Amino acid sequence: MSAQPEKNSGLVFEERKDFILTKGKHRQQLKCEADSLAGCVSQRACVYCGARVVLNPITDAVHLVHGPIGCASYTWDIRGSLSSGPELYRFSFSTDLKEGDIIFGGEKKLARAIDELVGKYHPGLVLVYSTCIVGVIGDDLEAVCRAASERHGIEVLPVQSSGFIGNKSAGYRAACDALLRIIRPPEGKGPPGTKKINYLGDFNLAGEVWIIKGYLKQMGVDMNVSFTGDSRYETLQRAAGASLNIVQCAGSMIYLANKLEELYGIPYLNVSFLGLEDTAQSLRKIASWFGDGGITARAEELIERESARAGKRLSWYRERLQGKKAAVYVGGGFKAISLIKQFRELGIDVVMIGTQTGRKEEYETISEMVDEGTVVLDDANPSELEKFMLEKGAHLLVGGVKERPLAYKLGVAFIDHNHDRKHPLSGFVGAVNFAGEVYSTLCSPVWKYVGGGIL
Amino acid sequence: MSDKTVHCRNYNENPCSMCMPMGGILPFKGIGQSMVIIHGSQGCSTYMRRHIAEHFNEPIDVASSSLNEKGTIYGGEENLKKGLDNLIKAYRPRVIGVLTTCLAETIGEDIDRIVEEYRLERGLGQECSIIAVPTPGYGGTHFEGYWLALKELARLAGRVPKHSRINVIIPNLSPADIREIKRILGLMKIEYILLPDFSDTLDRPFERPYKKIPGGGTELSDIMAMGGSRATIQMGMTVDERLSPGKYLEKEFGVPLYNIPVPMGIEGTDTFLGLLSRISGHPAPEELSRERGRLLDCMIDSHKYNFRGRSVIFGEPELVGAMAATCIENGIFPVVLATGSKTEKLSRLLQPWLEEHHIKCLFLTETDFFTIREQAVRGKANIAIGHSDGRYLTEREGIPLVRAGFPIHDRVGGQRLLSVGYAGTAMFLDRITNTLLENKYSNYRSSMYRKFYRGDEKDAVPAGKSR
Ligand code: SF4
Ligand code: SF4
Repeated sequence: MSAQPEKNSGLVFEERKDFILTKGKHRQQLKCEADSLAGCVSQRACVYCGARVVLNPITDAVHLVHGPIGCASYTWDIRGSLSSGPELYRFSFSTDLKEGDIIFGGEKKLARAIDELVGKYHPGLVLVYSTCIVGVIGDDLEAVCRAASERHGIEVLPVQSSGFIGNKSAGYRAACDALLRIIRPPEGKGPPGTKKINYLGDFNLAGEVWIIKGYLKQMGVDMNVSFTGDSRYETLQRAAGASLNIVQCAGSMIYLANKLEELYGIPYLNVSFLGLEDTAQSLRKIASWFGDGGITARAEELIERESARAGKRLSWYRERLQGKKAAVYVGGGFKAISLIKQFRELGIDVVMIGTQTGRKEEYETISEMVDEGTVVLDDANPSELEKFMLEKGAHLLVGGVKERPLAYKLGVAFIDHNHDRKHPLSGFVGAVNFAGEVYSTLCSPVWKYVGGGIL
Repeated sequence: MSDKTVHCRNYNENPCSMCMPMGGILPFKGIGQSMVIIHGSQGCSTYMRRHIAEHFNEPIDVASSSLNEKGTIYGGEENLKKGLDNLIKAYRPRVIGVLTTCLAETIGEDIDRIVEEYRLERGLGQECSIIAVPTPGYGGTHFEGYWLALKELARLAGRVPKHSRINVIIPNLSPADIREIKRILGLMKIEYILLPDFSDTLDRPFERPYKKIPGGGTELSDIMAMGGSRATIQMGMTVDERLSPGKYLEKEFGVPLYNIPVPMGIEGTDTFLGLLSRISGHPAPEELSRERGRLLDCMIDSHKYNFRGRSVIFGEPELVGAMAATCIENGIFPVVLATGSKTEKLSRLLQPWLEEHHIKCLFLTETDFFTIREQAVRGKANIAIGHSDGRYLTEREGIPLVRAGFPIHDRVGGQRLLSVGYAGTAMFLDRITNTLLENKYSNYRSSMYRKFYRGDEKDAVPAGKSR
């Protein structure tokens, strides 16, 4: 693929040239995984945000943010992650550091805060998130947590998520490091032939973990632990007892999957439950890994039944959506790839696609998948999103909350593919939901009126 | 009445406030052709943008100097300067607010110096004013950030010849409220300078082509003229003097300051209009008298329902004060008044009101929602009034929430909520009364049944339960 600078001219920032390309005939690398350009309104979040997103669904833990109040305030119960029981994860705890703490250090306050919270809520696990200034004032989180752990006989873990040491991906990694410390080595070898798998990278925003668990069960496979949607401290500890890991959101969890393989010899499969095609393919992949005729047969039965049901409804939508053009700007590369396929299932072309923190391999895949002329971009800013959406004539943008008003002001339909949605987008039912949402935003009568004036 | 500052704990459980730079962004959004850059790590600005965007449903472009590890160790000067370069290139703003974060303040960034140097290095002249505001997140809540930014903006005022306009300085109100205040000023035939004015910038009409920086906002030239105004009306009874732009204008230029509450309720709006009429010499026009009459009519119609209300009101002190007074006028007596900010002025402001009606009410400052919840339950509150985070009171305790203030992120229309002036107060009251009524109607059948039904009909099922 080739960068076509003449086409992308009119970019506000010269420095951003290498992060954007238009697919053409010759291959070329897109630059990514770099620091954001100062002053250009990046849509990226911080390390703490990444770590919090991954760990927050642990429902029975105390999530304590060590830092000034703002960092905690902006993340109070913002994700729709669902729980089958405990609700502790929905509270926002902060050490609320003030000027004096910044000068004299926050360790003592942190230790006391942990003591008080443990006394009040009796959790088995306390996660202590570090924020930017904690990294600077030099509080020894590790030591404070270790001491607290000994004092109370429970697990108190630091999450090294100081915001300035990288972006959201670094936060995913910090979260995985904390998770690794929770997981216990398996007691002896598990019974051979166990059909237990761990599900990595689903945060159960709207019941997705439960949907996938149901599918697996129908196939005769048990879900051991899900990382981390609707998870609890005790179950997480048993993760090493699984025979296979399946990884959904690779961006956040591939590191953990690799570590689990290295430490406990658990292999992993990359899967995706977004869209009919991916869901069916993933279920087959899992079945064939077990090499068990019964599982395969049940999987096929499930796929056939569900695909038929969903397929009928999808073709209704496809008729109405065919030929529309979509722009995609999401957090990670994994989601972006799935979206290209999902839009294809609906007859929609992706004309612009980008991510906040996609990796090199993911961008390669993306570039191969999209049609010629599609703009691919990393760490975009609002000016670029605006420019390419308009230039490419996108009818629809997929993004997060910050992008929504921009799309609407441009008179473009919008899909929230982020943390705030309240309906599942996974599995067969999710594929239909997705189509339904696309339809509800693209085919709303309001767009009829945006072109004209009073007279 | 009793005062209480609950902070004997070493942690905050479910915060009732945001941080200083977040508050500082808002006034800048109400200045014509202005932009903000947050000096600190990328994450802070992204969070704040998301929060503001959710409330207003507007694109909120705020830049960040994107400090990384290197910048944190060796100083972020280069990042900030580069950030300013890029910001100017992309947006060509006339005004730039530079706000700091916890991180920038902790590593000791001297933004005044950096900005001064930057101006010289780039030979920046009149075309762009850069205003530095130190807003460490740990230094205060968004309320203090808002007023500090306003005060720094007021410092742009120069020594100009006296003129007939008056300054009107407002707290964090909704764009609809700001429009209402402008309408009232217009009806009173007042020439004014409004600071800030985000009635258009944060609630812009759908229009094409899209503008990166929305039109509207207080003009820089108007801010510069504030030193020559006849008077300043500042809606900031709870604002500390050190943060008060009105005080600054008075001290520096001798502009007389009238500090008044937000014009809500009969008394609050009367005060505002009375003042305007005294300053201008015009009486209030018939139109406003009729609106006042209509509000009275509304108050009488609803008074019995309202008198059953026991309210818990929370948010930024200035708004809490105005809403509490309005509630008291209508018999919706508060049992808890709460703010995440540190202030003694709120309780002092409301003391006469509470004494007049013998109301027992608890003041919570620098508080969190854990405490608010605990005290609301103890005080048997049956209605909560404040921003969206109060939904926690509904979810946990079944206390219905009337959304008001900032942020409203779980419902639409925060930017269109009208609550000031006589007409706005009537709408505010209706929202409260209707919430009380809804609660009453959805409960009275089953509650009467539980209380009184002692019969032995075989098919008796509590009314309201499905049969
Ligand atoms: S409290 Fe400080 S560090 Fe946290 S978001 Fe606010 S400015 Fe940033
Ligand atoms: S201070 Fe750091 S951790 Fe907190 S919001 Fe800002 S970037 Fe994120």
